[in-house]
Amino acid sequence: MSIQYYIFFCLTLYSIGVVGVLTRRNAIIVFMCIELMLNAVNLLLVAFSKMFNGMSMQNGAVSMAGIDAQIFVFFIMVVAAAEVSIGLAIIVMMYRNTHSIDVNFLNRLKN
Amino acid sequence: MGIMKILIAFILLWPLAGFLFNGLGRNYWSKKVIAYKATGYIVASFIASIFAFMYVQDHGAVTVHYFDFINTASIKIPFDFKVDALSALFLLVITGVGSLIHLYSSAYMKEEAAPHYARYFSYLNLFIFSMLVLVLGDNYVVMFIGWEGVGLCSYLLIGYWFTNGNYNYAAKKAFIMNRIGDLGFLLAIFWIIVKLGSVNYSEVLTADSLAKLSSADITGITLLLFVGAMGKSAQIPLFTWLPDAMAGPTPVSALIHAATMVTAGIYMITRSNLLFSHSELTQHVIAIIGISTALLAATIAIKQNDIKKVLAYSTVSQLGYMFLGLGVGAYSGAVFHVITHAFFKALLFLGAGSVIHAMHHEQDIRKMGGLKSKLPITHITFLIGCIAIAGVPPFSGFFSKDEILAAAFAKSPIYWVLGVIGAAMTAFYMFRLYTTTFLGKFRGTADQENHLHESPLAMTLPLILLAIASALAGAIGIPEIMGGHHWLSHQLIPIVGEPIELGLSHSLEWTLMAVSVGIALVALLWAIAIYKKKTDEAPNTVVGNFFYHKWRIDELYNEAIVYPLNRFAGFLKNTIEKHVIDGAVNGAGKLIQYSARKVRLTQNGQVGYYILFMVTGIIVLFLLWFNDVPIFIFFNKLTQN
Repeated sequence: MSIQYYIFFCLTLYSIGVVGVLTRRNAIIVFMCIELMLNAVNLLLVAFSKMFNGMSMQNGAVSMAGIDAQIFVFFIMVVAAAEVSIGLAIIVMMYRNTHSIDVNFLNRLKN
Repeated sequence: MGIMKILIAFILLWPLAGFLFNGLGRNYWSKKVIAYKATGYIVASFIASIFAFMYVQDHGAVTVHYFDFINTASIKIPFDFKVDALSALFLLVITGVGSLIHLYSSAYMKEEAAPHYARYFSYLNLFIFSMLVLVLGDNYVVMFIGWEGVGLCSYLLIGYWFTNGNYNYAAKKAFIMNRIGDLGFLLAIFWIIVKLGSVNYSEVLTADSLAKLSSADITGITLLLFVGAMGKSAQIPLFTWLPDAMAGPTPVSALIHAATMVTAGIYMITRSNLLFSHSELTQHVIAIIGISTALLAATIAIKQNDIKKVLAYSTVSQLGYMFLGLGVGAYSGAVFHVITHAFFKALLFLGAGSVIHAMHHEQDIRKMGGLKSKLPITHITFLIGCIAIAGVPPFSGFFSKDEILAAAFAKSPIYWVLGVIGAAMTAFYMFRLYTTTFLGKFRGTADQENHLHESPLAMTLPLILLAIASALAGAIGIPEIMGGHHWLSHQLIPIVGEPIELGLSHSLEWTLMAVSVGIALVALLWAIAIYKKKTDEAPNTVVGNFFYHKWRIDELYNEAIVYPLNRFAGFLKNTIEKHVIDGAVNGAGKLIQYSARKVRLTQNGQVGYYILFMVTGIIVLFLLWFNDVPIFIFFNKLTQN
């Protein structure tokens, strides 16, 4: 399958994430949209990794080309998991303090 | 050589020391100390000048080098001084007449408060210093330094009584008029540098450099030099500042505006005579402007009633004669007239100062009269000055004027005729002045009459010495037809070459002399006859009125130059400055303020907006990047290097 499909799919996913972050006020949904963006990038990394590997294999050798991108993916997943735990903790604390998870409500901190 | 280096430094540094001493110490010293020092320094300089003069007599011209003023690959301007016959003569005149005038000033300015008294003498000393630099310099740049220095001192001294607005106006007028001339001089110097790569007299004024210059170059350079001389020496069209310069104290008028500074132009042209002799056109221009100035100023002088104004116009007129002499190639004649004029005009001004002193600052000759018996010494000396300037033999003015007139006749009889008419007018207005001032009855107030007194010795001594000089100075240039040797023209041979052969027979020369003297005598006696009886009333004829109002030249300049310039400046100030320049500056400020007000709204504290801008920015950057926008190519190259 051509790489373009992956690119457009990831772009779509990423855009949905961006628009979600920009437009939604619910902290949990914003959070999910961030995850969506991360995963769009992950997916793209894997797709490119696979593409490079496939191109190298055509030259006949057993190749490890492009494999390192998949290592990045694991890193990102681990970091994302850690981030989720902290983020959710923040949201819980936020709810406890304000009885709301509206992100705009937090702008009172700005002064 | 070595001794001359010290001697010239002496001549120059005494007046400079006087300037610093009196200028810096004006609040500390008494008037007596100030006057003694100021006069003493100039006398010291005079004595040193005598030694320098004698040295030059024995050993010929000397050039001393002090340091390099400008030293680059393309041009070298040394700070050199040169004493030769010409500059030595000027040295003697400047320091000699200068000493007498300092002495005179010490009494004349007695009423001034000590700090102002010191200020006056410091300016006067600075003037002598600058004038000495002017005549001693061995290249045009050093001459220009002195040239500017004397202009500055002239400005300062005309505006000496700075609380009087009119005097300040006169000072500014003198300065600006001089500036116009100086621009010409400066351009001539640049032209010389461009063409010859040097400004030293020893390199510019040679046959070699003449070969390098085209005739257009020579004409251009000499005309520009002459423009400089016009400003400094008050020739048409730049002469109107000199009569106004009489706003300064009378000794200043005597020293600067009669004897020395105004002759700087003649000195400069005589110095550069090699160039001037090679431009027929320039010589004609100089002769025509000279004789026109002489006649124009003489006609004005006839109708003036201010004792100093008459003398001022007379100075302009005599300077015109000198330029006529230069124009017809009689360089030594012009220098001769400079020297005799320095004596008799300084004498006349100082005499006028003595009269003004006695009259308690009354300068209108209609209110004088009959001063003969009250001011005997002033009267006799003034009379000698008048006879000398009128050109009656054997007084000095006769010899110098006659030499110029003879040379003018050889060039063109028209010059001679005009010159004789001018000489007749000179005799007429001088004796009008003499008669109204000293003869007849006293016409001032009774109070003034009671206070009439002869001036103190410090003022009469210079008068007596100058009167002797005015009477006898002709001896340095007795023409050969009178069995004389003409010492002066022999002196000047190294600078101006052999005197030109006039080609006039002796009988013709005698006739010319007799005619000019005869006409002058008639004019002189006529003036005495007229003005002995009547005082000069306000002019009633059209022509008289026209002369009385100085040909309305000041008005003409005001209308033709000053007024349009003011209008133009006003237009620039009120329209261009206010609307265009201020508009642009204020507009830029307003634009920033306005746009800042608008952009500020985006900083609203909503995180969503910030992220939106960030994302938009990133997208825009990517679009630019992938579309190969030139600015990015530029940045790429920048980072690669």
